[in-house]
Amino acid sequence: MNHRPITEDDLHGYVDGVLEPERQAEVASYLEGHPEVAERVATYSSQRKLLRAALAPIADEPLPPRLNLARMIEDRRRRVVPKWWAIAAVLLVCIGGLGGWVIRGALETKGQGLTALAQEAAYSYGVYAPDHIRPVEIRASSSPELVQWISNRLHQPVKVPDLTTSGYRLMGGRLVATSHGPAAMFMYDDDRGTRLVVLARPMHEDQNGPMAPHSGDGVSGFAWADDGLGYGLVGPSAPDALKPIADEARKQTRSMI
Amino acid sequence: MNDMLQQIEPLIPSLRRYARALTRNAATADDLVQDCLERAVSRWHQRRDGDARPWLFAILHNLAVSQFRQQATRGPHIALEAIGEHDVRQDAVQENQLIYQDVMDKLARLPEDQRAVLLLIAVEDLTYAEASKVLGVPIGTVMSRLSRARDRLQQELEQATKGTQAGPAQLRSVK
Repeated sequence: MNHRPITEDDLHGYVDGVLEPERQAEVASYLEGHPEVAERVATYSSQRKLLRAALAPIADEPLPPRLNLARMIEDRRRRVVPKWWAIAAVLLVCIGGLGGWVIRGALETKGQGLTALAQEAAYSYGVYAPDHIRPVEIRASSSPELVQWISNRLHQPVKVPDLTTSGYRLMGGRLVATSHGPAAMFMYDDDRGTRLVVLARPMHEDQNGPMAPHSGDGVSGFAWADDGLGYGLVGPSAPDALKPIADEARKQTRSMI
Repeated sequence: MNDMLQQIEPLIPSLRRYARALTRNAATADDLVQDCLERAVSRWHQRRDGDARPWLFAILHNLAVSQFRQQATRGPHIALEAIGEHDVRQDAVQENQLIYQDVMDKLARLPEDQRAVLLLIAVEDLTYAEASKVLGVPIGTVMSRLSRARDRLQQELEQATKGTQAGPAQLRSVK
């Protein structure tokens, strides 16, 4: 048998137990024939055991209150959210001033609050729902990643409604630009390929708003807001058909608050 | 947010252990861990790859290194080792106290980069690749530091034995 030579790295790998079983065995048989190396390797192993034993109790100690991670996350959320609102307010002022020029037409929405949200949801539907190449940026198969990304960008936890009971599966989602900052867009489809879009973003106005219907350009939808987070659901179906789906979505998004 | 909690929380005991072994002082170590966790919470979304462990150890390690640097300019590195003795000793099982104490004392004599690599690999079970990421050095450097760390620690341990045989005067001069 022609073995690869045993290197210094192999000896350490042997001590740390990270070699492939086959290589581990090769090193073991090498050590049998080289007692002086075997002795050195044995000292490495006993060091390893000693260090682990000496330090093990530290990991078993109860955590001091100041290392309470859940509290840290909560504290940060409280600190970050108001800050974000301040930025959003400044942005709104800027958009009000400059925006009329720069993004006139493209993202202009009439009104504020839920009316604006409903319109933004309809725009997103108009742009992304007919797309057959890449309607979503992150697919449903990576939904934890999607939720993480969206929640981070919106600076608050956003839940993706599960509409399977209404016959719609989540396709995925993406971050979209609105005149009120970043928004999360989730897309769904049913067995016939009918697509729905749910847009979610933090609300500056209408932080709590009852479900309001809207329609136009062959689509209809519903918009609502709970605790500062607004949702708009848009689809090609008639309002009557969409209403139960919107109700279901709202029920789910509320249950997380 | 839940995801962050679930991934980070189980790692806190290891982070504390690593920080304590590096600094040999419980309060200093927990300061570092606290700082590390706060940074982790605020930068969670900037994390590139899936595994939170090497990422957290890297944050902690960098904080520890910059603290060592600050202390080095002020000079009290030796004081740290002296304070830390009690913390490790307290936790050790009674009969093994002295042996554990001894190995921690010897470990403290290793250069900081060797100590770090040995702790990350032999105690915290990071892979060589993960340790290379945490320490920001190529894997070849990790291996050579690991090798030097083990040889050096062995020398320290053996020297102590010889020192005991040669008498207390010898022991004092080792220190």
